[in-house]
Amino acid sequence: MVAHALAEPAAREGAALDIAHVNHAFDIDGAALPVLEDVSLRIEPGEFVALLGPSGCGKSTLLRLVAGLEPPRSGTLREDELLIGAPHPSRVVVFQDPTLFPWRTVWDNVALGLEAQGILKQHRHRVDDAIAQVGLSAFRNAYPHQLSGGMAQRAALARALVNDPKVLVLDEPLGKLDSLTRITMQAELVSLWQRKRFTALLVTHDAEEALFLANRVIVLSERPARIKADIAVDRPYPRHRGDPYLADLRRKILGLLGLEATW
Amino acid sequence: MSTYSLSDADGFSDRGVSTSLARARLRAAAAGVFASLTWVAFGVACLRWEDVGDWSRTHDLGVAAVVIAAIILLGTLGADHLGRLGRGLRQRAPWLAALGAFLALWELATAKFAWLPLPFFPPPQAIFEVYTDDLPKLLDSVIASVKLQLGGYLIGAAAGFLTGVSIGWSRSVGYWVHPVLRFIGPLPATAWLPIAFFVFPSSWSASTFLIALATGFPVTVLTWSGVAGVSNAYYDVARTLGAKPSFLVAKVAIPAALPHVFVGLFMGLGSSFAVLVVAEMIGVKAGLGWYLQWAQGWAAYANMYAALIVMSLLCSGAITLLFRVRDRLLVWQKGVVKW
Repeated sequence: MVAHALAEPAAREGAALDIAHVNHAFDIDGAALPVLEDVSLRIEPGEFVALLGPSGCGKSTLLRLVAGLEPPRSGTLREDELLIGAPHPSRVVVFQDPTLFPWRTVWDNVALGLEAQGILKQHRHRVDDAIAQVGLSAFRNAYPHQLSGGMAQRAALARALVNDPKVLVLDEPLGKLDSLTRITMQAELVSLWQRKRFTALLVTHDAEEALFLANRVIVLSERPARIKADIAVDRPYPRHRGDPYLADLRRKILGLLGLEATW
Repeated sequence: MSTYSLSDADGFSDRGVSTSLARARLRAAAAGVFASLTWVAFGVACLRWEDVGDWSRTHDLGVAAVVIAAIILLGTLGADHLGRLGRGLRQRAPWLAALGAFLALWELATAKFAWLPLPFFPPPQAIFEVYTDDLPKLLDSVIASVKLQLGGYLIGAAAGFLTGVSIGWSRSVGYWVHPVLRFIGPLPATAWLPIAFFVFPSSWSASTFLIALATGFPVTVLTWSGVAGVSNAYYDVARTLGAKPSFLVAKVAIPAALPHVFVGLFMGLGSSFAVLVVAEMIGVKAGLGWYLQWAQGWAAYANMYAALIVMSLLCSGAITLLFRVRDRLLVWQKGVVKW
């Protein structure tokens, strides 16, 4: 399994993301509600970047723009210098809810991307590999309603990884899991990222999770979201949750979010 | 099934367990024996007294009842060796008992003592006689009905499904079709009868159209609401994985809407039965509806009951078939209703 993962084209490294002067707003009852204000961000290939901000600040909207699900009101987003105009399987999103298709088994769910791109027949083994990578081989024929929350989110992760994305967009993928499952899956996420070398963009509102996973933590303001701070987390993996360096950063980040009084 | 008392379950009396098991088995067997007895009673009711009218199959029916009683008895005693068949018989024994008792009572109330007015309440042997003596005509009617129903239903279901998917998916199709649907859909299909028989070249094509119409409306509306109700999150997932619009329709919208589609197919089946019977009674000169009408014309009440029983079996069978297909296609759903 691991040998196979190494044999995969390692050249398929992550893509760079260039977000330049992006503004976005929602129409609510005819009034424009600004959600993103002049957001500019450059993400290097293979980086793991966490977007941290108060709930409802527009983090997830930024992810939708990166995924190409919506166009921005103004500004540009580029993947390796190419303008992002529509969704593409090189940038796959893992959502907060696993959103597995209930009428498909785990295997068929994971195969979705390859099937949609019309290349499933030649690449069936990739589906098996992806399922093995997240440890669900025994459940390949199970239906989503038979899975636990953690297993469902693992299946969603496999569904994303099977496409060998250059950018993995993670929209609070662990937000609804219990704390034990969450800790396990954070470690799994790090090891997958290290093995596959994709660029990861994670939205979270958990400062500890951001510091455990990311090279860089971008702190966003209240809506409309602006970039408040861009913090490098210069610490090797696997990280230790009790690391005093991370604890310091955490205090700093919570301070930026206006929560210093609690620490 | 078997009931264990505490002293049985704590293990030191094998005999206790075996006697309570034996008791449970005895109870199951008793129901079978009782069922057999009620069928004997039905047979005796046929053979013991003279008929008040002139029915040719009384003797045959009495013998058949006794044969059935014997089969029930043997089946009950040998249930353990008959596998699924034996289990099924054991489970249905109380119903068989009730049925035998009902037939015996019916026999006495009609053919023997005429407590119920003839000819409106024909005795069992009269209905039995229809099945033995009028079988070819009845079969022809069944075939005609099934053909008409199947053709109309399949056309209506297909058209309704396609229309529903189109208006659920495309806003511009919805713009044009929705008002038409709202205007025409709620109209009972039978209201079109006079016009349909006038406009269409044959009564058969007119009836097919009406059955299709009755089927199509609920199928359209429910398919449409199913497609319209698919969560955007599913589309987002598929789009980020590289899905094209055709994939979104075929592999996301339609499977997600399928539970609704089946509700529509079920409702459509019900209303199409109604149209089928009315169409056959009024215009088409074949089928079970026509048979009913014809039997009424001759005051042949036994034939009407016989046709009603067949019709009910057919309708129920059609619904069972639909539910089987649904269970097959929707195995991924938890707790679908059992029919």
